[in-house]
Amino acid sequence: MAEDLNSPLVEIRGLRFARGKRVIFDGVDLDIRRGKITAIMGPSGTGKTTLLKLIGGQLRPSAGSVTVDGLNVHTLRHGALYELRKRMGMLFQSGALLTDLNVYENVAFPLREHTDLPESMLRDLVLMKLEAVGLRGARGLMANELSGGMARRVALARAIALDPMMIMYDEPFTGQDPISMGVLVKLIRSLNDALGLTSVIVSHDVQETAAISDYIYLLSDGRVVAHGSPEELNRSSSDWAQQFMQGLPDGPVPFHYRAAPYADDLMTGREGRV
Amino acid sequence: MLDWLAQLGRHGLGFFERLGRGHLLLLALLRGLPGLLLRPRLVVQQIYAIGVLSLLIIVVSGTFVGMVLGLQLYNTLVDFGAEASLGPVVALTLVRELGPVVTALLFAGRAGSALTAEIGLMKATEQLSGMEMMAVDPVKRVLAPRFLGGIIAMPLLAAIFSLVGVYGGYFVGVGLLGVDEGSYWSQMQSMVDFDDDVMNGVIKSLVFGVVVTWIAVFEGNDAVPTSEGVSRATTRTVVHSSLAVLGLDFVLTALMFGVD
Ligand SMILES: Nc1ncnc2c1ncn2[C@@H]1O[C@H](COP(=O)(O)OP(=O)(O)OP(=O)(O)O)[C@@H](O)[C@H]1O
Ligand SMILES: [Mg+2]
Repeated sequence: MAEDLNSPLVEIRGLRFARGKRVIFDGVDLDIRRGKITAIMGPSGTGKTTLLKLIGGQLRPSAGSVTVDGLNVHTLRHGALYELRKRMGMLFQSGALLTDLNVYENVAFPLREHTDLPESMLRDLVLMKLEAVGLRGARGLMANELSGGMARRVALARAIALDPMMIMYDEPFTGQDPISMGVLVKLIRSLNDALGLTSVIVSHDVQETAAISDYIYLLSDGRVVAHGSPEELNRSSSDWAQQFMQGLPDGPVPFHYRAAPYADDLMTGREGRV
Repeated sequence: MLDWLAQLGRHGLGFFERLGRGHLLLLALLRGLPGLLLRPRLVVQQIYAIGVLSLLIIVVSGTFVGMVLGLQLYNTLVDFGAEASLGPVVALTLVRELGPVVTALLFAGRAGSALTAEIGLMKATEQLSGMEMMAVDPVKRVLAPRFLGGIIAMPLLAAIFSLVGVYGGYFVGVGLLGVDEGSYWSQMQSMVDFDDDVMNGVIKSLVFGVVVTWIAVFEGNDAVPTSEGVSRATTRTVVHSSLAVLGLDFVLTALMFGVD
């Protein structure tokens, strides 16, 4: 099925997913448009990382479908799924660098696995990607010699090594100082525009993310509670949107993980239970 | 009582579930083997990590086991005036039994635990997930080379163990206790049969290699991705593979040398 360019790259319909008894998604519909930057925001623990893993085919939904470029991710055969993944980059929240390789080899890893490029061309490519994230000078360091923010930038260089059609960034800005944050924000935007990528950003940094994204989805409690362009959400009268965009402590988005009333909990403590 | 039964049932189910996952992984590993022909470097690296780095413990243990065998068997044989047979008895004990079994036990402790810990930590730090998302199948790239490396390394280590052990027995028997050097070697040559003894020993060590490495790789891949989960998986590797080796050894011995 050849996809026309106006259809969304990723279409999620009626997605349900549960971890044990805890329902993480309960009927999520979401579109990710080609060539745009889509941000997915929501309180910690709502399942943003889980959503990216569902899109990447690492987790299976209990109902609903995830379609990437016209292919239903969860009905693909092993080989086809891996072919599709070559066209998707993902930046893990933890970086997920290979600890037995140095920075250079980490970025070279997907290229070595999937291409037969001569060493000199591979070197140029790797150095280009490292230059883009400002870590060309760190190429000799081992993964465990990097700070958290550096590791995430190396992981970004690795994610773009294969020039994918789509990149999913899981918290790209955490642990970045203001300077590298600014550079990263610009980098994500320019990668997206120059290479015609489609980007998905999961982030808590509302201001930075809103500044570069074209469309925002707010998730809470297993559902999409608001969506729209950053301007629309800022102007929106929805409590969800207001609370999240302004970072207000009070509102419909709970700060606390679901729990019994606080006072009750403190009282039961006297009986010596946890 | 009902609670207890339910618990038992859950454990049983859990056990069979793991057994099933283990076999699925074995199938996936076997399917990953042909691809390794194109990338022998991956396997060589693992043979080095698993085999060469276990050499020291194998050589030292082999020497001492051989020396103890020489001493013990000499004391028994000398009562029957049969100390000239020390050579073949030491060699047969090593080649048929102690070589494969002791090597496999040491292999489980030295290489198996390391494999489980390494794979489990790679899982806990999302390195395996990360590979999946780079469209690199961790079963083919990480697990299969380790599996094959272990299978190749184990028989070699067992052979080295037996060889060193024979020299350990020689040192004690001939060097210290005065057994005739000529008879030590010549009787060994005439009484140790290549097919019956050496090949059966090789088959044993190959089977142990498959089982120990399979368990180690499975436990690592199946570990709960936390530090506690990895430590439990490592313990399980050593315990389960040691038990499997001892149990299989009896079965194989019965099939090869036993009831006929
Ligand atoms: N392996 C797991 N087993 C069981 N539950 C899990 C597992 N991983 C995550 N969860 C649960 O799934 C929910 C969603 O997790 P997820 O990591 O997707 O959250 P998130 O939105 O990415 O949060 P954050 O913004 O803090 O990264 C959490 O409530 C968590 O308790
Ligand atoms: Mg997350």
